[in-house]
Amino acid sequence: MTAFRSLSAAMIKGFLRDKMTLFFVFLFPLMFLVVFGLLLGDSGSDKTKIAAVGDGPVLTTLEQTGAIELEKHGDVASARQKVDDGDLPAAVVVSGDRVELIYAASDQVAAGTVLGIVSGVVDKINLGAANVAPRFTLETKSVEDASLKPIQYLTPGILSWAISISGVFGAALTMVSWRKKQVLRRIRLAPVSTTTVLTSRVLVSIGTAVAQGVAFVAVALLPVFGLKLTGQWYLALPLLVLGTTAFFAVGMLVGAFCKTEEAASGAANIIIMPMAFLSGTFFPVENAPPWLQTVSNVFPLRHMNDGMLDVLVRGKGVEALLVPSAVLIAFTLVVGFIAARIFRWED
Amino acid sequence: MTGARIPAVVVADIRKSYGELKAVDGVSFTVAEGEFFGILGPNGAGKTTTLEIVEGLRKPDGGQVTLLGEQPWPRNPKLLPRIGVQLQASSFFEKLTAREQLQTFGSLYGVSRRKADEMLELVGLTDKADVQENKLSGGQRQRLSIACALVHDPDLVFLDEPTAALDPQARRNLWDVLRAIQARGKTIVYTTHYLDEAEILCDRVAIMDRGRILAMDAPATLVRGLDAPTHVVLQKGLLTREAARGITGVDDAQEDEVSLTISTRKPAPVLSALAERGTLDGLQVRTATLEDVFLDLTGREYRA
Ligand SMILES: Nc1ncnc2c1ncn2[C@@H]1O[C@H](COP(=O)(O)OP(=O)(O)OP(=O)(O)O)[C@@H](O)[C@H]1O
Ligand SMILES: [Mg+2]
Repeated sequence: MTAFRSLSAAMIKGFLRDKMTLFFVFLFPLMFLVVFGLLLGDSGSDKTKIAAVGDGPVLTTLEQTGAIELEKHGDVASARQKVDDGDLPAAVVVSGDRVELIYAASDQVAAGTVLGIVSGVVDKINLGAANVAPRFTLETKSVEDASLKPIQYLTPGILSWAISISGVFGAALTMVSWRKKQVLRRIRLAPVSTTTVLTSRVLVSIGTAVAQGVAFVAVALLPVFGLKLTGQWYLALPLLVLGTTAFFAVGMLVGAFCKTEEAASGAANIIIMPMAFLSGTFFPVENAPPWLQTVSNVFPLRHMNDGMLDVLVRGKGVEALLVPSAVLIAFTLVVGFIAARIFRWED
Repeated sequence: MTGARIPAVVVADIRKSYGELKAVDGVSFTVAEGEFFGILGPNGAGKTTTLEIVEGLRKPDGGQVTLLGEQPWPRNPKLLPRIGVQLQASSFFEKLTAREQLQTFGSLYGVSRRKADEMLELVGLTDKADVQENKLSGGQRQRLSIACALVHDPDLVFLDEPTAALDPQARRNLWDVLRAIQARGKTIVYTTHYLDEAEILCDRVAIMDRGRILAMDAPATLVRGLDAPTHVVLQKGLLTREAARGITGVDDAQEDEVSLTISTRKPAPVLSALAERGTLDGLQVRTATLEDVFLDLTGREYRA
């Protein structure tokens, strides 16, 4: 068994036997995914529900628009009651050729939407009934726009965040505990190169990141959450690796500065928490004020997030990897270099 | 194969200060190949600092160290497979069992995994093979730490207080292990607080205090050079203090609650005189030990 393999094995065993680490690496971020996924799950569907009385082509066409959901009522009074109570923004009553729309004055936006859709449908049916060929034709085309259903941005965001946790904490805590427990000094006395020790640790972190990716995507794909991956999701793999090395470098820096595990955990949290919020983990970064978006560019997580969103759910190709990868590599090199310079074998 | 051999360890005038404190203040010694060398001294004497400089873990402020013909500082990968080190504070990978610790450390030296069980057997931890390191007792951890230092069969072994925290049985077992290693031609340098142990195990000892070596020789030679009296201890009541002082050859006699202690530099005639008086029951003879050497050198009682 080579030193490389047995060191990796030793670290994997240590990792799997530490319930606390397992919790923070897998369950903790998954909890966020589940909670946010369920909480925000419906806000993406913007069908407006209105009360409807009667039947006929107007109501069928209204339903076909896909923008309106009808709640059938037997009589006008109960439909009207719904609007009066504020439960529904409007009620449409069809009796023969007469279409009556009752709407609540309080919600102007909803009222406008419903009014527009209903009058559009009525006009269209009128035209058809009058046998007049329309002079203008409207062609529509749907495009993938920047706004996504919550699960679509939550999955890449929380996955990147989780990888930043495992990368930073993994590197920092291993380094501090190995230094404190004199394992570093003992390794220094063995004929094994520092490159071997370092690469085996990085490899364990990359393996962890891949495991996190599989676990999180699998959960998000469940029907309750309804994540839809694009065809080129595998392009996320290089980002996973590069993100891990970048966060590993940050962890090395933290580990080089801190003497105790407690100090290292604290420092890692102080770095990760603001970074996660500003990098679009829990909400799309486009919703933040412009200056904050600019600030967030200093975080590797921001770039990892952008890249993950592009390849996992926005359906972009290899070209979307260029900028995030370049930033992550540069970050790894610069931070890793500084960490190597201030590295200490012992206290 | 004699004479031409290079010494295993050559230490020349090493020094190390921590601020004002001279932790090691001009230490020199040579250890021959196959020798069992002990470094003795009270807490803070500078034993660990000396050992760590010799192992190449610390850079000395001054002086030279040569191990098996090589310089240990800066980190010398050619030398590392040939030396085995047990640090004073045990160093283990987290959450690994005793066997896994040995396998992992062994693999750093390219040792096969099977060796682990052999080493566990050697230090009497076979039944603890699958116990995680943090669940071992202090003495068991100590034994595991020694096994980890020996797993790659080094030519030169450095052990920092290997017998601290061991129960008497484990201590004796470890003595056997160390003697067996020496019998295979390996060189051992170790530190200890136990003067009696050093007397039994070591070919030569260096007695350190306050960063300096006070004396260095074979334990027997050091003791002989001391010209210290032999103590004969009798049960109290068999003989009065005055009667004891009257025996020819007795230098002094002291009494406490349970015993009468006679000091003499001519033990043979004193013992026959005691035999004539029929007072040999429960008699003990205590010759000078390293403890007395230490007392003599430092003017202080030796407290480990
Ligand atoms: N890293 C350090 N920084 C400052 N002082 C130190 C350091 N290491 C050791 N010392 C000091 O150097 C002196 C010698 O320490 P050392 O550990 O060599 O003693 P020792 O003989 O091994 O003692 P012990 O029997 O307790 O193990 C002590 O006074 C100690 O406080
Ligand atoms: Mg010491």
